[in-house]
Amino acid sequence: MSCCCQTEESTTIQSVSTAIQLSALEDLINRYRGVEGSLISVLQGVQELYGYLPRPVLEHISLQLGMKKARIYGVATFYAQFRLTPVGKHLILLCQGTACHVNGADKIETALCDELGVEMGGTTDDRVFTLTEAACLGCCSLAPVMMIDGQAYGPLTPDRARKVIRDIYKQEEQSREEVGA
Amino acid sequence: MIVRIGLSSCGIAAGGLPVKEALALVIEQQGLDWELQQTGCIGMCHYEPLVDVIHEDGSINTYGNVTVDGAREIVAAEASGTALEKYRIATDREPNDCLAGQVRIALRNCGTIDPESIQDYINSGGYQALQKALNQMTPKQVIEEIKISGLKGRGGAGFPTWFKWNATRQEPGDIKYLICNADEGDPGAFMDRSLLEGDPHSVLEGMVIAGYAIGAATGIVYARAEYPLAIKRLGKAIEQAQAHGILGSNIMGSDFSFDISIKQGAGAFVCGEETALIASLEGERGMPRLKPPFPSQRGYWDKPSNINNVETLANVPWIIANGGASFAAMGTEDSKGTKVFALAGRIKRGGLVEVPMGMTLREIIFGPGGGIKDDKKFKAVQLGGPSGGCIPEALLDTPVDYQSIKNTGAIMGSGGMVVMDETTCMVDLARYFLNFTQDESCGKCVPCRIGTKRMLEIMERLCAGEGKPGDIDLLEMLGQQIMDGSLCGLGNSAPNPVLTTIRYFRDEYEAHIYDKKCPAKQCKALITYLIEPDKCKGCTLCAKKCPVNCISGEAKKPHVIDQNLCTKCGTCLEVCPSKWSAVSVS
Repeated sequence: MSCCCQTEESTTIQSVSTAIQLSALEDLINRYRGVEGSLISVLQGVQELYGYLPRPVLEHISLQLGMKKARIYGVATFYAQFRLTPVGKHLILLCQGTACHVNGADKIETALCDELGVEMGGTTDDRVFTLTEAACLGCCSLAPVMMIDGQAYGPLTPDRARKVIRDIYKQEEQSREEVGA
Repeated sequence: MIVRIGLSSCGIAAGGLPVKEALALVIEQQGLDWELQQTGCIGMCHYEPLVDVIHEDGSINTYGNVTVDGAREIVAAEASGTALEKYRIATDREPNDCLAGQVRIALRNCGTIDPESIQDYINSGGYQALQKALNQMTPKQVIEEIKISGLKGRGGAGFPTWFKWNATRQEPGDIKYLICNADEGDPGAFMDRSLLEGDPHSVLEGMVIAGYAIGAATGIVYARAEYPLAIKRLGKAIEQAQAHGILGSNIMGSDFSFDISIKQGAGAFVCGEETALIASLEGERGMPRLKPPFPSQRGYWDKPSNINNVETLANVPWIIANGGASFAAMGTEDSKGTKVFALAGRIKRGGLVEVPMGMTLREIIFGPGGGIKDDKKFKAVQLGGPSGGCIPEALLDTPVDYQSIKNTGAIMGSGGMVVMDETTCMVDLARYFLNFTQDESCGKCVPCRIGTKRMLEIMERLCAGEGKPGDIDLLEMLGQQIMDGSLCGLGNSAPNPVLTTIRYFRDEYEAHIYDKKCPAKQCKALITYLIEPDKCKGCTLCAKKCPVNCISGEAKKPHVIDQNLCTKCGTCLEVCPSKWSAVSVS
């Protein structure tokens, strides 16, 4: 998203919302309509629904809540939590805290990038994982640490980190097979 | 009998949930009439998962590093009336070395009660301080008690708590706000997370008392989104308190009404600054503004607002219940009471410790902390996170109080202590912190926004072996200008890690610049990995594990690293069997 003022993007709110009930978004908007100071909460709600902040949804919110697009974009890009691009099913937060840094977080990063075949910030082609950094997860005595879907893993070695990823992949395959069967 | 398992983020990360399931299963299978409880973190994170077995007579066996199999064995042993020595790390009569010397006030209930049970909190004396404040004390008397205690803000700045409360109380107006800063942004500190996960009611009780003292009807907790479990447990605690008449209208039958809500932060270090936090609460970009007006005059929605840190508030009920004088009896002249420290980094026993102020760094690191990992040599301790500084070995006997720490060039901060050994490069560490602050600078003040960027470029150059004579002077000059020309604490303190490492580890900077060497052997551009042919037995382990396949050689013959392809990840050094130690780094 280079500039929020351009409108050449062809996706519409309906197309990004195909998988999601538009009513859920409407509920969110109605909950915060007229509530002062709620922009961050609205964006957190959107991200919970979509996994990221889709541009057409932000434009929709701008119209519905009467907020300037620039203001929404300003807040969305200020905070580390918000993402403007889609993420995989499982979000990996690799801790970059001081304790993790001095205990070799860079080696975990190398191993994860290699295992997933992505760079830091990237999403795997099958959209199962997105690898991102977190400033600090507050599990410093278990450094180095990563968090996947709210669960912290540590202390990690490059091999342990790879195993966590492989285990989740295995579970994914199993659940797919079950659905297939 | 009661079986209690520690399930804070650290306990869960260490594998606590499967252990809990195993305990539940085996207790059921054996038909035992035992109660299985969860609790927060006692602070001995390196022993997680931790299991306490509490007998009918009140005696306790504490087991550490419990595995799923271990859980079954422990239940079997305890059911037959014996302890399982293999996992036992402490009893109620012989507490673990980590707890020796600790005085637990803020952490009084962490690891001993179920954080999701208000009844547990009440049974351990919870909400009695609130009752005392509401029934027997005027708001002025509450503030006076806090003044006697000498409690200072535990979040970083160390400002006297009573003064802020009093200033907010004295402001005219009916609408005032009490804000709890739970946006623990300092990487390396985790006491607020542990408190919220382990004893959320103590923070709520502190908030209601503070609200009563300053005359606020609304409390807001600004919590980090990165702490999902803390938010969940705090939310549950708020619901329970509302159901018990501890939050809401006419609390405990008094005239005082107060309620609390949670607002999630969205990840910005600068929001630890009060005015930036308020901007974020109002849904805006978290950018600080000039003070005065102080938040106590014009804060949230321009109303008088008081902001306290989690740990500060957790101390409040204890002070009201036991009297300010008992709190002030601990600590030093300048710094009263106790402080929670988060021990992390290259330390044997990482975790949380709460000790009286005035203990020396050495006593904390080598006492409850157990000394340095792998018995390596202590090099420095970083206090105060990215705003703090590194304290070298020569100053290890510095007492930990606000002024003594400030004199070293570091700050107390929120109490994060990251310990470094000989394998940590101080230049790289300073670069790491600067990278953090540069990234987190909100961009409002030019010296902070651009100055930290320029400093970071120099630091990156040093680590890449491209340092130039004069770089150290340039860093010092820039650092001073950034500190002088920035509005808020972030810019005022961002150069601290660089300036303190130059002050105490100048030789390492000079080695990087003039000798193109990294004495700690960490900066990749300045080191080379070599396999010594006379030591290598050709076991092929390094070649198999090398992530870029740059090691070649036949089995049982010396191997060679292709220096052009080597990414200097250090894997070969790690995997080379210690009996041969054929990989060297220079």
